[in-house]
Amino acid sequence: MSSTFDTVAGIISETADIPREKITPESHAIDDLGIDSLAFLDIAFAVDKAFGIKLPLEKWTQEVNEGKVPAEEYFVLKNLVARIDALVAAKTA
Amino acid sequence: MRLEYFEMIDRVVSIDHEAGRIAARANVPSASPVFEGHFPGRPLLPGVLMTETMAQASGYLLLSKMGFAQMPFLMGVDKARFRDFVGPDVVLDVTAEIEHEGSGYAVTKASISAGGKKIADAGLRFRVMPFPAEMGPLMRERARAIGLEA
Repeated sequence: MSSTFDTVAGIISETADIPREKITPESHAIDDLGIDSLAFLDIAFAVDKAFGIKLPLEKWTQEVNEGKVPAEEYFVLKNLVARIDALVAAKTA
Repeated sequence: MRLEYFEMIDRVVSIDHEAGRIAARANVPSASPVFEGHFPGRPLLPGVLMTETMAQASGYLLLSKMGFAQMPFLMGVDKARFRDFVGPDVVLDVTAEIEHEGSGYAVTKASISAGGKKIADAGLRFRVMPFPAEMGPLMRERARAIGLEA
């Protein structure tokens, strides 16, 4: 998996105190790793800082709550990583 | 400060939205029920109330910068340090600056000093949410009372 995944997995492991080996690209941050909303904000802060981006959490939450997008699109780590990569690419474009 | 009412900030001295910075003043009262227990015969401002004071300065900064559109709620305290005692009748200078504005959250660094000496500092994290019912007007009223345009 990408270096982005490694960075994100490291952040999750450190921030949420989850053994690194339990974190895979298929992991669902909430259902599999048990990350709660406050811990997810701490992770978002570390991700924002590490990649120089701003994860659009409010927009994502609204889309999930309104049923427009399944939560897996944002909270399964391989999908989260793809969105981080897209935000980084948009920043440097 | 009205400690028992959690009104910690008395006056906003300056605010700079662009720089993401606020300076405020807090006058520790001569007497308060808080001092009767903390501690008997030796009144000291509790560290937890210094933290609340820094959180409120940060909160007013975020509120003002967001045009009172959303409400910041304290969700985390990082590396809080209380470097000296504070008793009654002390004037506190409180500053806060935004370290990061995320989506749905914000991070600040805040400090308290008195007479030029640093008293306390902490990193603070806030969840930023829509105002609960009726809270918006009350926060605006309180902000105006301490000299913040709202």
